[in-house]
Amino acid sequence: MASCQKEIVRLMHRYLDGELVSGEKRKLKAHLESCDNCQQHFLELKKTIAFVQSASHLQAPEGFTENVLLSLPKEVKTIGMQRWIRKHPFFVAASLFLTLMTGGFFSLWQQETENFAFTKHENLQVENDTVIIPAGEKVKGDIVVENGNIRIEGEVQGNVTVINGEQYMASAGNVTGDIEEIDEAFGWMWFKLKKTAAGVFD
Amino acid sequence: MELIVQRRIKQVLKGDQNAFGEIVELYKDKVYQICYRMLWDRYEAEDAAQETFIKAFINIHTYDPGKKFATWLYRIATNLCIDRIRKKKPDYHLDAEVAGTEGLNMYSQVASAEKLPEEAVENLELKETIQAAIFKLPEKYRSVIVLKYIEELQLQEIAEILELPLGTVKTRVHRGREALRKYLRNV
Ligand SMILES: [Zn+2]
Repeated sequence: MASCQKEIVRLMHRYLDGELVSGEKRKLKAHLESCDNCQQHFLELKKTIAFVQSASHLQAPEGFTENVLLSLPKEVKTIGMQRWIRKHPFFVAASLFLTLMTGGFFSLWQQETENFAFTKHENLQVENDTVIIPAGEKVKGDIVVENGNIRIEGEVQGNVTVINGEQYMASAGNVTGDIEEIDEAFGWMWFKLKKTAAGVFD
Repeated sequence: MELIVQRRIKQVLKGDQNAFGEIVELYKDKVYQICYRMLWDRYEAEDAAQETFIKAFINIHTYDPGKKFATWLYRIATNLCIDRIRKKKPDYHLDAEVAGTEGLNMYSQVASAEKLPEEAVENLELKETIQAAIFKLPEKYRSVIVLKYIEELQLQEIAEILELPLGTVKTRVHRGREALRKYLRNV
């Protein structure tokens, strides 16, 4: 292979990408006219590109769009469920009531300020819409907070569930059970409620 | 086309699945083509193209309307194909199916081609040779070559689709062309 190859091949590729300024173009042209090796290389590149471009344009198989639409997640159902819940807030409240009751801590669920609700425990503090388990305090049992937040600085010996809110865990905070945040996913919550109920009645 | 697409996307965001059907119609051939050239298997390509649109639908809220929709969509498609290629066994292409045939691979295709008129055979063989050469490219060169020469996209757009610096795309196009030249020079 001639020693000219490397630099000239670079020029060829830059030419093919439309990047040569006129001086470089002249240089490439002059070289190709005088060097058979490079000329051959250049022609092969051009032929290769023509081949690849000739690859026939394909069409998606029949029924493609229908299949995609059939495979889409059934968003419509979820929206329907949310709308239905909005229209029947009492039913949702009753469901929550049922979970709490079947969970065995019905009597603790007493405090309610409009939509902000939480499981009452002796050691809890409340600041606006945030329930606080103060540092050094220990809460025995599960805590459910609805439409509010929870800040855990002490210890919870049980599960923590936050519905439409957030949980903040201080570095010294500790929860022995599960922590769950449920947001907007009412469809999912209803599933959960049914499961809980089923588990209790089995 | 972009204007129609933007309007349809707004409808999709409001929960209108039929509007998404129109987007699929507009881009299905391009997306299928990318997948086929990358994977060289009709069923695999159809599956990957379907998955591309389903992913696009699920993640439509992450699409930035200030950018070209096609770029975003092709990125999903190429990423999916590259993932699939990486999960594949290296000898996979030996049994790859030939376009327009039912259940035939390269070997059975050669046998059945005898019944076709000579010119058609030559044409078919050339197409297969070209597709085989594209398929022989390492996946990082294959993606840029497919986007540049089959989808006919600008280097800048390819860089955006693949989320690579423009310089890297240029280098890959050069190397991809050189590799293809070696495979096809004697055809
Ligand atoms: Zn030379």
